[in-house]
Order: sequence, then C-alpha cells, then structure tokens
Amino acid sequence: MVVRIFPLLFLACSAFAQAPKVIKLQELQALMNKKSDNIQVINFWATWCGPCIKEMPLFEKLTAENRVDVKVTLVSMDLDLDPNPEKVYKFVARKNLKSEVVLLDEKNPDSWINKVDKEWQGSLPATIVINQKTGQRKFVGKELHEGDLERLIEEVQK
Amino acid sequence: MLVDMKLIKNTFLFACLVLITAAAGKLNYGVGDTVSDFKLKNVDGKIVSLANYKTSKGVIVIFDCNTCPYSRAYNERIIALNKKYAPLGYPVITINANDPEQSDGDSFEEMVSLAKRKNYDFPYLVDETQEVAKSFGATNTPHVFVLKNENNAFKVAYIGAIDDSPRDASNASKKYVENAVDALLANKAVTSTKTKAIGCGIKWKD
Repeated sequence: MVVRIFPLLFLACSAFAQAPKVIKLQELQALMNKKSDNIQVINFWATWCGPCIKEMPLFEKLTAENRVDVKVTLVSMDLDLDPNPEKVYKFVARKNLKSEVVLLDEKNPDSWINKVDKEWQGSLPATIVINQKTGQRKFVGKELHEGDLERLIEEVQK
Repeated sequence: MLVDMKLIKNTFLFACLVLITAAAGKLNYGVGDTVSDFKLKNVDGKIVSLANYKTSKGVIVIFDCNTCPYSRAYNERIIALNKKYAPLGYPVITINANDPEQSDGDSFEEMVSLAKRKNYDFPYLVDETQEVAKSFGATNTPHVFVLKNENNAFKVAYIGAIDDSPRDASNASKKYVENAVDALLANKAVTSTKTKAIGCGIKWKD
C-alpha cells in the first residue's frame, strides 16, 4: 500500500511546486513595457553568480512584504551558458524562493541586451526598477545592498 | 571693459578645465581612442606594458579571470586566439582585475597556477589597483579590447565579446574578435566595432 501511495504523493507535491517558466525576449519586453499602476522590479541573475546569490535575500524580502504596488521578477540567465534548466529548478526549490522566477532563453546576447537596457553591459547581476505608470526607470549594473531597492523604488516614484 | 574681463576669465578657466581633463586621461575608452600605457605584473613576476609591443601590429587585450564560468567556457578559445594571431602580429594579453578578497579563486597564486596548467603562452597580468580595468571601462569577464598600433599609439578598434555563442564554440555564427582582427590585417574597416555579451561582472573593491 505504502509503495503504491508514494509515487502518487510525489506527483501531488511536485504539482504544487511550480517550475519556473522559460520565456523569450518578447515576453520579457511585454512584462517590462506593461502599463499598470505597479512598480516592476526585474533582476537578472544566474545560479553561478556569487554576487547575485548574495543580493537575492533583498528581493525575497521585498516579495515577502506582499506590497500590492510592487512586483518582483527574477530572470535567470543560466540558459545562456547551459541549456539544461534543471540547476535553476533545483536552486529555486532548495532556496524556497517566493519571488517569481523565469528563465530567459535567447541566443546571441548582442542582439538583445540593448533592447532590455542600453546602459546594461551584460554583466550579472543587473537590476531594473520600472514605474509602469509613468515609464520612469532606474538601471543598476552591480550588486545591490540593504536599502538600495527601497531607494530605487522611491526614485522612480518621484 | 568689465564684461571683457569676465569673458577672458571664463575662457581661461575653461581652457584650464580642458587641460586638466586631457591630462587626467580619458576613462571608458571608446572605439578610436588612444589607450594610455599600463604597467602590470605578469604571472612570471615580470612587468608587462604596451611599450613592449611596439613592433606588433596591435594587441588583443582581454579582461579575464580564473573563476567566472564564462571565462572557463572561453578559456580554450582565448588560447586559440593567441596561437592564431600572435604570429600575424596581434598577440593576446589577458588581465585579471577581480578583487581576490571578494573572489577566492582569483589570487595571484591561483592565476600563476591556471597559467601553468593551461600552458599560457601569453601574459596573464594582475590589475591589483583595478585602475587599468577602470580606464578601459571593462565591466565583464571576458571583455575584449582589440588595439591597433598606429605609430606606437595603441588605438581601440573593437570592444566586446569573443563570439556570439558562449555555450559552444562550434556553434558561433559571428566570431567578433577574429572578424575584427582579420579586417585590421587586411587594412579594412572593422564592421562590428562594439558588441555585448552576458558575463560575470568584474569584482570591484568596496
């Protein structure tokens, strides 16, 4: 009996843990350019990127605040180097990430990095904070520290 | 008369400002800019500077490191670039600017060991103060600057990635650095002078 139930249980559990979606540039642009009353916080990271992992609790803290006006998306760039998304799935499960995670699947970064932000040189981590009402945005091409996100959110609301 | 004095004073101040800016050297080189010479320590303990390359047609400067997965993915391609282009007059110089305090595997000892293990036949320099990386405007690893030697003035001809396929060298459809150097060797204009790629940010000191 136990043997029979176990696979069922496993299936049920894995159905609850939502795997991060693999997206294309078009979907990322749609998310960035959406018109809404929200502040969109988009962070580019990868599982191999030390400073990205270090700053991740800042985004998780923001998500945990459950603010109706702020939406956090963590965009994994892992697929740029490794076509297997498994490492990201495992990382998200292990860290029990609550922020929305997506994997960007695009080739030839030179053709699309400027479309995300002209200031971005392509280095990780990188963060963009967008006021989707006014279109105001801030880009930061380095690791964030305590208080930085709150400051950026304030700045795009001025 | 008073107005004239003011104008003269302002013009003088402006001239001073221009001179000071020029003397300080330009930061964040763009394509066409002349690079200031640098002196950095190589893994063999010797000091290397651009002045050592007066007889070459140019150099391929690559900001690189030990630890970044992109650096590892491109390591063999960097070694191959030197094998191919050093004999043609465009040798490779690699520079590691990562702060070893923030990046364990990027100490000078680790650099020496990587260069040995991989049989580097080109310099692997340590940019301890990070000033060279800052003056170039390097941000990622690996980040390439192809310099052309014009009467001992090294001018930036290309800035960016090695190719468009970090995952797999054999899938690269655009080999940016090779295309740039091939064009320079043929006395032709470089078509793609600036490209971007995903990469590890240089680990700056706090």
